[in-house]
Amino acid sequence: MGLIDNYLLSLILFTPALGALVLVFLPSEPRSLHRWGALLISLIPLALTVYLWFQFDRSLPGFQFEESAIWYEAIQSSYHLGVDGLSLTMVLLTTLLTPLSILASFSIQDRVKPYMVLFLFLETGMLGVFLALDLLIFFVFYEVGLVPMFFLINQWGSEYGERTLFGGVKVQARTYASFKFMIYTMGASLGLLLAIQLIGVTAGTYDLVRLVEIWPSLTVIEQVPLALPVSTIKSIAFWAFVVAFALKVPVWPFHTWLPDAHTEAPTAGSMILAGVLLKLGGYGFLRLVLPLYPTESYQFAGALAFLAVMAIIFGAFGAFGQKDFKRLVAYSSINHMGFVVLGIAAAAFAAGSPQIDPLDANIALNGAVLQMFNHGLSAAGMFFLVGVIYERTHTRNLEDYGGLFPLIPAYGGILIFTAMASLGLPGLNGFISEFLVVRGAWAIFPVFTAVAMLGLLFTGAYVLKGIKHVLQGPLNEKWVGHLSEINTREIFVIAPLMVLMLQLGVWPAWLLDVINGAMTALFQMNALF
Amino acid sequence: MTITPYDPSVFLAIVPEISILVVLSLVLLFDAVWQDEQRRNLGWLTFAGLLVTLGLSLTVARPSAEGALIFGGMLRHDNLAYVLRILFLFGAAVTALLGMDTPNLGRRGEFYLLMLASTFGMLLMASAADLIMLFLAIETTTIPLYILAGFFYRDDKSTESGFKYLLFGAMTSAISLYGFTLLFGFSGQTNLYGIASGLASGQVPVFSVLVAMLLILIGFGFKISVAPMQFWAPDVYEGAPTPVAGFLSTASKAAGFVVLMRFFVVVFPGIEQYWTLVIAVVAALTMTIGNFIALAQKNIKRLLAYSSIAHAGYALVGVVAVSELGINSVVFYLGAYLLTNLAAFGVAATFYRVVGSDEIAAYAGLSRRKPGLALVMLVAFLSLAGMPPFAGFIAKIVVFAAAVEAGFVWLVVIGVLNSIVGLYYYLRVLNVVYHYRSEDEEKPLEITPPYALALVLLVAGIIVVGTLFAPFFGLGNLAALALF
Amino acid sequence: MQFPILSVIVFTPLLSALIILLIPGERKTEVRVTALAAALLAFLLSLWMYFNYDTAAAGYQYIEKYTWLPALGISYHVGVDGISAPLVLLTGLVMFTGVLISWGIDDRPREFFAFLFILATGVFGVFVALDLFMLFFFYEIAVFPMYLLIAIWGWKQTREYAAMKLTLYLFIGSVVSMVGALVMYFAAGMNTFDMLELEKAGFSTGFQQFWFPFVFLGFAVLGGIFPFHNWSPDGHVAAPTAVSMFHAGVLMKLGAFAALRVGIMLLPEGAKAHMWWIILLALVNVVYGAFIASVQTDFKYVIGFSSVSHMGLVMMGFATLSREGLIGAGVQMFSHGAMTALFFAVVGMVYDQAHTRDIPRLGGISRVMPYATIAFIIGGLVSMGMPGFSGFVAEFPIFMGVWKTYPWIAVVAVVSIVVTASYIMRIIRKVFFGQVPDEHDGHLSDNTRLDKLALVVLSLVLLILGIYPSVMVPMVETGVENILRLLGGA
Repeated sequence: MGLIDNYLLSLILFTPALGALVLVFLPSEPRSLHRWGALLISLIPLALTVYLWFQFDRSLPGFQFEESAIWYEAIQSSYHLGVDGLSLTMVLLTTLLTPLSILASFSIQDRVKPYMVLFLFLETGMLGVFLALDLLIFFVFYEVGLVPMFFLINQWGSEYGERTLFGGVKVQARTYASFKFMIYTMGASLGLLLAIQLIGVTAGTYDLVRLVEIWPSLTVIEQVPLALPVSTIKSIAFWAFVVAFALKVPVWPFHTWLPDAHTEAPTAGSMILAGVLLKLGGYGFLRLVLPLYPTESYQFAGALAFLAVMAIIFGAFGAFGQKDFKRLVAYSSINHMGFVVLGIAAAAFAAGSPQIDPLDANIALNGAVLQMFNHGLSAAGMFFLVGVIYERTHTRNLEDYGGLFPLIPAYGGILIFTAMASLGLPGLNGFISEFLVVRGAWAIFPVFTAVAMLGLLFTGAYVLKGIKHVLQGPLNEKWVGHLSEINTREIFVIAPLMVLMLQLGVWPAWLLDVINGAMTALFQMNALF
Repeated sequence: MTITPYDPSVFLAIVPEISILVVLSLVLLFDAVWQDEQRRNLGWLTFAGLLVTLGLSLTVARPSAEGALIFGGMLRHDNLAYVLRILFLFGAAVTALLGMDTPNLGRRGEFYLLMLASTFGMLLMASAADLIMLFLAIETTTIPLYILAGFFYRDDKSTESGFKYLLFGAMTSAISLYGFTLLFGFSGQTNLYGIASGLASGQVPVFSVLVAMLLILIGFGFKISVAPMQFWAPDVYEGAPTPVAGFLSTASKAAGFVVLMRFFVVVFPGIEQYWTLVIAVVAALTMTIGNFIALAQKNIKRLLAYSSIAHAGYALVGVVAVSELGINSVVFYLGAYLLTNLAAFGVAATFYRVVGSDEIAAYAGLSRRKPGLALVMLVAFLSLAGMPPFAGFIAKIVVFAAAVEAGFVWLVVIGVLNSIVGLYYYLRVLNVVYHYRSEDEEKPLEITPPYALALVLLVAGIIVVGTLFAPFFGLGNLAALALF
Repeated sequence: MQFPILSVIVFTPLLSALIILLIPGERKTEVRVTALAAALLAFLLSLWMYFNYDTAAAGYQYIEKYTWLPALGISYHVGVDGISAPLVLLTGLVMFTGVLISWGIDDRPREFFAFLFILATGVFGVFVALDLFMLFFFYEIAVFPMYLLIAIWGWKQTREYAAMKLTLYLFIGSVVSMVGALVMYFAAGMNTFDMLELEKAGFSTGFQQFWFPFVFLGFAVLGGIFPFHNWSPDGHVAAPTAVSMFHAGVLMKLGAFAALRVGIMLLPEGAKAHMWWIILLALVNVVYGAFIASVQTDFKYVIGFSSVSHMGLVMMGFATLSREGLIGAGVQMFSHGAMTALFFAVVGMVYDQAHTRDIPRLGGISRVMPYATIAFIIGGLVSMGMPGFSGFVAEFPIFMGVWKTYPWIAVVAVVSIVVTASYIMRIIRKVFFGQVPDEHDGHLSDNTRLDKLALVVLSLVLLILGIYPSVMVPMVETGVENILRLLGGA
């Protein structure tokens, strides 16, 4: 197994892309060929990740399974991969959600082949971000992932709905949403691009392992003739990073693309968007922002926490105000991801304050990472369930549903279960992570945390509102006889998610173990004292 | 410069001239013997005769490197004359070919006779080293050309052409003759080298020499049609038979240039800083006027006339340098230009013979009608525009290089700007040829063998000179060394 | 003596042009087959040349030198270094794909291919020339066939105007540079046009500073530098497909390359003194070009202006005079060449089917032309500098170079990436997806196999370079090292 061990990460990374290439050269018909082909291909990285999970040595700090190869020597960038507890968790999430999403996409009828090909490319793009240990490679995958997502929304998104643009031009809602997604993300990553270039030019390397040693301690920037003090440059670069990742998370006020994109995306697209793509932002904070900018993170932690709290509150209020089931779920993502950022901000602040118990910060960080994983599970599940009912009713308007529980009891049960996980019911996964974040942040940002609790309250409100409109109340007669129960394939999609939600709610240690190792190392490296 | 004493071997130097006279007599003879249709063969005879003469001048009449003043100082037998003779003889030979199938021209012995006579004069112009010899040579060259220009006496335009040429030619001859007499008066000599040493003694006021210089420049300027003595050229070219116009614009012009160079370099070194400036201004004016007026032309011959005015301007840029490279470049330019312009007029002649029109618009659809002829036209016009790999490109570069070397960068800038204007109208013609459609595309366009031979010779020449320029440039260098 | 590969590459097109001219005009198939064979040969030879270039040894390779005009020190001197070798390959690539795409030309294909090949000879010649005179010689050979190609086979509505405009602009540029070159020749006083010798001439700083703008800008006109870029979109639009490919793909690089070779390498001190405003001009190119492209409604004009924008990046890379910037510019020349060739090929195919290039009147092309769609998307991603494609590999170092010299320029220039993304995405959505307008319904058909082959070849090149930049970058780097040496280790 030596060969596989040495190139395990590359295997995980490129299997989907290679599989996609194979699919490209197969005939477009029959469609089932592509469906099953894609599913099988996406199971390979999952299997490899599980193998990786067990091979991963929890006791060692730092990166494991590192690989390095020449890529772009002229600018000192190399193909450098590696995993620690943080990336391992995210890789697991990605490889887990992709096959489920593909399975969920079996209902796609139009142009199955390009759809599946794009989906597999998307997986490679996301995995690349989590595996990269080179800033440039990181950026490469970060951006590459946009392209398949753009086309997934643009081509396979909801066919209905129109948006009136500035100037009165009407466009399809999915067009509008996909463009907004693309342009927002690219626009925000421009700053990231510039800051990466600045770092690369200054430090003479893009290798993350070396950069975290060089960059934070840099006091003179000779290579770049900017007539600004180094601290200002670093602050600007810091915000360039933050904006890019905050938009991805998304943090208020950069969140406006998200409801549109999630709503218009096809079901599986939404699953991946909410399940994995949003995590790229949180991952960026943890992998890049904190290690590269410990001082600035500390300095601006308050502002970041403020934004996070705003995201929590506005996300919750926003969700509560929606009439569209999918938009409701979309806003709930903003709400939940706010906790991730809150945890990170709290840790960043703690890293610069010796009087705060490092344990608090550690708990917050662990909570944030676990929250990313959990949200990945529950958001994917919720979007899937919205998709299931949408496929049957062709409406997402909450007013159109009503009292469906008797018609589809199994679906109702699953929906309630997943919604409860999302709501943070003790015993299910959401509770654990949100509790950890709040527990950690309480000691660091008491006011912010207190306000965030208000948001938590409304989380309960909007989830219940959703359930009430769909399942309870007077039965909307028009669905009688037209609504079929959730089918086996769909149960296969949701079942693993439900198992994990329950399991993590009861016994999260197996995952927290892995996360904790990485977070402890991260915090130690980050601490300014 | 000492005069070589008489020795029978000096006759070797004028073997080409003698040979031309022989050809001329032969033409005269056969003109009487042959009947109407056969007279066309006079063209072949002239062509062959000129080629033999060319061969003789290349072999027997080869001067020594330092040259010699012979016949009592009347002629200077040197490499400048040697190289220019090649040009004149080649140009005349090709003109004979182009004339053969031109209606009302090729079957008339007079055409060949007059052209040979004129060529005879040119050969003497190239080597004349004495005011009297020079004047005689110029008149020997020009008078037959007056007649040739007005050759179609039934055609108003041709008559006008001949008459106009005569009037202006006579007038400017008179003016330059006045300049000659002044020089004779200043120095008491008629030999150019003698005059030069006379002037060098410093007893003649610079101003007087300048006046003489200007008067002479007017006469020579007429021959090479530079501004402001250029206005006759378009009318004369338009009216004259096309082959004659080609001959006028190439060989005759080259003859003017060789006289100009020899005269100014030899006689006026003392006032070089003045006359180079005068010529520089004249060159700038000539290029600009020629090119800009050419923009508006609708007749191919008038267009070529203005373009040839502009080209005289480019060639003058090399004269301005008054250096070995300068003269070298001018001689090279004249050669390249002779090939190119003859090809352009050759196409016009070929076309006119069948279509009977010189309007540019009539050339529409030529590339579909006769792709080969269109290709010749492409080569000729691009060479005129100074595009590689044709002769015009390298010629223009060396001329400009010479001026840059001499410090006349401003003149070169004017030159290159002008060449852009030139490119515009040349391309416009090619656009008509290649792009426009016409109803006559299916009609045949016959190219008779003499035309074909002439055009192939010229195109091959343009490309060979434009790519393997070293040997030709070496000839130019030989010529230039004769003056320094 | 080694095999004179460069001469063979240069003269293969010329000889085949002559052969093609000898084939009777009616035998169009023979003409096309001959053209394709010649183009393939040139392509394979340039590939061979490229992959046999010894990167470790660096410097000029495959040198051939014969005297041409010894009196003036003109020689036929050819050789390639790390900068020009990729460009020779690019020319071979564009020539080959251009012939594939032009298979359908029915109006005088004989003349078309002959002129196209003469053009190719000129382009090859410039890229391999190590003699200043020779460079001009081939430079002008490359310019004039363009006129006829556009004027005769171009888009009926603007071809005469555009062809003339293009030719005059380029000619003005080249003669201005030529004056500068002549002055350099005499100022050096070495009686040689050999650029490797002239590099050592040691011109005075004042001289270099005075003449640099003329020489550089003269060539940069062909590189499409603002404000002399005007000819380029018009020319692109009016030209027939293969000529647009050549024009934007290779010819614009000719200008940039010559500006580098003659301007920067022979007058390094001048370059240092003037770069601050050249980088500003390039910035205008980059940003303004992108904005103008985004408001065009003619499909081909969009691509035309995008070329202006991208060539600005090349100029910007030059203007940094830094290692990264020059490497990026070198790669960008190749990347943009292949990309824009791909773009114009697709535009041509769409136009051939739909007979319109008006973006609002197009739609749904992807349903009939899947290859063209994917190719355009790949080109589009390259164009917006998407990581993983060659555009990123090229643009990233350019920006790094800019950071090292004029950081604010980088901040402004980066805006163009979003603008580019927006217009590329707009086209992809509108033209290739969306509804097929009624007027075209049922009239559209897929590309021929030859077209597809061309698209696949070009797309592959862009992908390979993007994923594995080491196929080209180390080679370009050797060329850049040489330039840096001339710049005095800057």
